[in-house]
Amino acid sequence: MSQPDSAVADAQAGGGAPESLAALAERHGLRRAIARPTLPAYLRQLWTRRHFILTYATSRNVSKYSESALGQLWQVLTPLLNAAVYWLMFGVILGQSKNIPNYPAFLITGVMVFTFTQRTVTGGAKSISSNLSLIRALHFPRASLPLAYAVQELQQLAWSMGVLILLVLAMGMPITWLWLLIPVSLVLQLVFNMGVSLFMARVGAFVRDMNQLLPFITRTWLYASGVFYSITERTGKLPDALRWVLEFNPAAAYIEFMRDLLIYQRFPERWAWITCVFWAVFALIVGFWYFWRAEERYGRG
Amino acid sequence: MAELTKELSHVPQEESQAPTPPQELGTPTVIVDNLHIVYKVYGAASDAQKGNAANALMRIVRRQGRPQMKEVHAVKGVSFVARHGEAIGIVGRNGSGKSTLLRAIAGLLPPHKGAVYTDGQPSLLGVNAALMKELTGERNIVLGCYAMGMSPSELQEKYDEIVDFSGIGEFVQFPMSTYSSGMGARLRFAISSAKTHDVLLIDEALATGDREFKKRSQQRIKEMRESAGTVFLVAHNLDVIEDTCSRVIWLHKGKIKMDGDPTKVLAAYNKA
Repeated sequence: MSQPDSAVADAQAGGGAPESLAALAERHGLRRAIARPTLPAYLRQLWTRRHFILTYATSRNVSKYSESALGQLWQVLTPLLNAAVYWLMFGVILGQSKNIPNYPAFLITGVMVFTFTQRTVTGGAKSISSNLSLIRALHFPRASLPLAYAVQELQQLAWSMGVLILLVLAMGMPITWLWLLIPVSLVLQLVFNMGVSLFMARVGAFVRDMNQLLPFITRTWLYASGVFYSITERTGKLPDALRWVLEFNPAAAYIEFMRDLLIYQRFPERWAWITCVFWAVFALIVGFWYFWRAEERYGRG
Repeated sequence: MAELTKELSHVPQEESQAPTPPQELGTPTVIVDNLHIVYKVYGAASDAQKGNAANALMRIVRRQGRPQMKEVHAVKGVSFVARHGEAIGIVGRNGSGKSTLLRAIAGLLPPHKGAVYTDGQPSLLGVNAALMKELTGERNIVLGCYAMGMSPSELQEKYDEIVDFSGIGEFVQFPMSTYSSGMGARLRFAISSAKTHDVLLIDEALATGDREFKKRSQQRIKEMRESAGTVFLVAHNLDVIEDTCSRVIWLHKGKIKMDGDPTKVLAAYNKA
């Protein structure tokens, strides 16, 4: 009742003549509160929020284990126990270890590298939908959240890698100059994870059933990625097309890359380099673009 | 009643137009143009619909949506212009859309229809959602400040001030889960009020802590209001609104029922 009058009165008071509110806004240089920033502007905003991303990741890691008696020790124990379970299943009971030399190192490398990607994807898919209250309370580029989840998993992986390297040394494998490439491998995988995490964050924000479905997808991925077996051995007899698909699997590529460096002490083949770099660049560009396209819609539930 | 509100709502406009020539009005800082906000609520099913798996399957077969998902039309066509130097109180019953309106102005809820135009970035006073109760007060101060978009140098500058203002002393080294509710509220207020804003939105932040802290926090809000261009304040405590606001908007069921001079709007609101 009185509301349209007052709006018009305000507009008149401001402009002298009746004008629409949109025109009044434009005359005073006001912008829409919700407008998606351009891609370069968005990247800049994200860069200024880097401290938030890092602090948020660390805080989540610290708070995660704060309730348990062993506390931060679980950061190391969780991957170790995982590897122990898989070693029991695939190494002892199913007898894979006879065919593959250094099976514990082979297995733990696979488990840790795969877990890094798997947990980032699972976390990323929840990063928007489980932080709605934060999104509805504060203003920040939403991509900070999936990126923070990726960084959080990287911090966890740092512990696992420490364990893995001790184990590899304990098994009598030498330190070679190839180890200098370990950070390169991890950075490539981190970039890939960030891209997938961004992509899944948007999917998970709007398709709520994704979080129920995701464990099955990641488990299938786990079995297809040569964590427990040597993928090149298995794919030898397959038709070329299928073999190509299996070996182009990003998780398998990052696992094999790391095994080359740590266990086989050989420089990764050109094919491995191409696959790893391609997936990192492709996932980041597609994931980032896809996430940014819906920036203004996150938070509506 | 309707006649009364209509009559009253016209009075402030006449007043504002007659004695002050248009050019003396502040420049607009926030323009809300026929704003509608609709959001989805999950898990709000009636008992009859509440489901077992068989029901859920039948719904998929019949191609019905999830009944647990309801759309709430919280703000239904609100328009107004806020100007530089104004402190606007928003009153209304529970569920009248006050908090939703604030979030929409802050750009945190996308409009269903209409638009909100702003100058700079309006910010909501409140970092509660960013804090983690398992972490120490120290860590939460850092986390909260970064979440509000501070830089490391700003954080360093404000850190001691936040600890002092909250008055929690050595408890800053303990996890927030060990705090009393008053201490927690004080720390949250101290963190969220550490930043300066162009357009400030305050949602029921006043009634925190003991009497002494309440006095200090009101003082802080007054300072923030003076440094900010425009302040929006949602509170159930009408005295606070009368003390601090220069204009009051009365929301009723998602629409503006009255908009104008505090004493008149509040008088009408109290009668309703």
